[in-house]
Amino acid sequence: MMRDTFREGLATGWKHIDASDLTADTRYEADVVIIGSGAGGGVTAEILAQAGLKVIIIEEGPLRTSNDFQMREAEAYPTLYQESAARKTADKAINILQGRCVGGSTTVNWTSSFRTPPETLNWWQTAHGLKSLSVEAMAPWFAKMEQRLNVGRWHLAPNENNAVLARGAEKLGIPVAVIPRNVKECWNLGYCGMGCPTNAKQSMLLTTLPTALNLGATLISRLRAERLEFSGQQAIRLLASALKIDGLHPSGVRVTVHARHFVLAGGAINSPALLLRSKAPDPHGVLGKRTFLHPTVISSGLFDHDIAGYAGTPQSIYSDHFLHNAAVDGPLGFKLEVPPLHPVLFSTTLQGFGESHARLMQNFARSQTILALVRDGFHPQSKGGQVNLRRDGSPVLDYPLNETYWEAARRALLAMAEIQFAAGASWVTPVHEGTPGYTSWAEARKLLAELPLAPLICRVVSAHVMGGCAMAASPEGGVVGDDGRHFQIANLSIHDGSVFPTSIGANPQLSIYGLVARNASMLAAALTD
Amino acid sequence: MTTRREFLKTGLAGGLLLNLAACSRPAKNDGRAQVLSALIPVMLAGALTTQPEDASRQINRTLSGVEAAINGLSLAAQAEIGELFDLLTFPLTRMLAAGLWSPWKDATPASLNAFLESWRHSRFDLLKSGYAALHDLILGTWYAQPESWAVIGYPGPPMLK
Repeated sequence: MMRDTFREGLATGWKHIDASDLTADTRYEADVVIIGSGAGGGVTAEILAQAGLKVIIIEEGPLRTSNDFQMREAEAYPTLYQESAARKTADKAINILQGRCVGGSTTVNWTSSFRTPPETLNWWQTAHGLKSLSVEAMAPWFAKMEQRLNVGRWHLAPNENNAVLARGAEKLGIPVAVIPRNVKECWNLGYCGMGCPTNAKQSMLLTTLPTALNLGATLISRLRAERLEFSGQQAIRLLASALKIDGLHPSGVRVTVHARHFVLAGGAINSPALLLRSKAPDPHGVLGKRTFLHPTVISSGLFDHDIAGYAGTPQSIYSDHFLHNAAVDGPLGFKLEVPPLHPVLFSTTLQGFGESHARLMQNFARSQTILALVRDGFHPQSKGGQVNLRRDGSPVLDYPLNETYWEAARRALLAMAEIQFAAGASWVTPVHEGTPGYTSWAEARKLLAELPLAPLICRVVSAHVMGGCAMAASPEGGVVGDDGRHFQIANLSIHDGSVFPTSIGANPQLSIYGLVARNASMLAAALTD
Repeated sequence: MTTRREFLKTGLAGGLLLNLAACSRPAKNDGRAQVLSALIPVMLAGALTTQPEDASRQINRTLSGVEAAINGLSLAAQAEIGELFDLLTFPLTRMLAAGLWSPWKDATPASLNAFLESWRHSRFDLLKSGYAALHDLILGTWYAQPESWAVIGYPGPPMLK
């Protein structure tokens, strides 16, 4: 049996409460309560606990640790992801992958670790007034977190799924590079998205949360943060509902948490939703707005040899070539990467049904897939989406896909098809309900130019949710300052991807780690003053 | 791009149909099983075995898998899926929205195929998203099963030593 270091820690007396075990209403008290245990919550918990503060971490999802990670989609998606990995935008046109378990998305992400790109930080400084967030000022924070999470360029050969991206791009003179990853002694299995079974991924589950727990922090899982109560400019307490063991239904047990300071780290849909439910002050009507997704289009190619996209490090090669073709606020650029290919993810993403779908699936092992992550939030017509509440208080993101987006999506589908044909594909299709696919680049170039692109016809997905509680230079422009402190509520901070004023233009985990390390350090200093 | 007029039409037609279906919601939910039993063989044509007895076992297993998958969705999504199956179960809305004149158990494979194609390419987002839900539930359930892996060349997760 593989070691399960988190379980070993629990055996030494770490304080973990599974709220589904609670049988009576309960009140807790701490210096700081952190809502969410992912990238933002984990880093905050470690830094505040190291400063000697009494910390409680609240997580809506369950605690699952390495021995629970059986590399099976049927178990992983319902237990580890928001809405069974079927979270969708209001019109159902975009499927969103987000974690919902202890460690949040860091437990299930594909480990790609990029610093916030310089052009993004420069844009935030000039267009959003975030003068302190320069490349130079942020570099030490990224370096600190890279060291903490063992981030380094992937050292083994890419799997064939990634190698095809490299080969095709290089043939066309498109530069590619190797992705930095947060892993240690990685087995190169390819199942990062279902939770790392070998404790190689340096997620929050293995790093910051254990440090905080060793220092006496309390972790409460299966507890849904319902709303904050305010008095004047202060948050007074958090009201939360224990969930049943199914993780869906409230058990009826109510939990209240009192604290000196509150940190929201539920991610860029749940954090604005909690503030909306709490009727938090929003004098300038900015809360929940400008939520970004890197809305991603997909191209699948067929090869004459095994690709086996299920095996080996899921993401090791990328190209930023198409992010740099125009000004950052010009026609939308896109980042090229590949996804891991597993039967459920692949079959549900592929178009069609019946015989035609079965034929595509018979070629599963010889299929290669490229993703284009479109950088949203810079162009004046790329305004992102808005988080709203359903009648039951649960959040739903309304994200309209407009012509500015589809123009970029078409360029991306063309670029991916050209790369796949250059790498030797015999057939390429965009993931789209209205095409039989193409057998040559010449055919793809001609027909893709005319292919109607619209929601629910052209498949769009996202694994990166950002914005909705934007940082800004002043309260007119956002919800928090660049220090993560809420503009209206003095003892409230937001430490997650919801504070980004645009998308990142790269997989966002290291952007969250770095910014939160900075802001949690400032918060620790303020609270221990 | 969806124009305002198209949006209103979708919203209105969709809303009317859903209200119609909701008002006549059957007491029991065996309608869902009937709809799925009819659609699973069409959605999975080419993947299901051609042996009738084994196929019927596969269909039943997929049916319970879809039910389990629905029960794992968020409560809001479960409610929406409930509305979708109400729409498909109630005879009037089945005829109006799905174009199926006979009950599910009597529908021919050709008419079921035509129904799925019509929703897949519908002008209405509501129907397109209904198709997508059926697609994802049935195909996702099928390919989650280890029995479905050999034919697509997926060896399954590696053994850890």
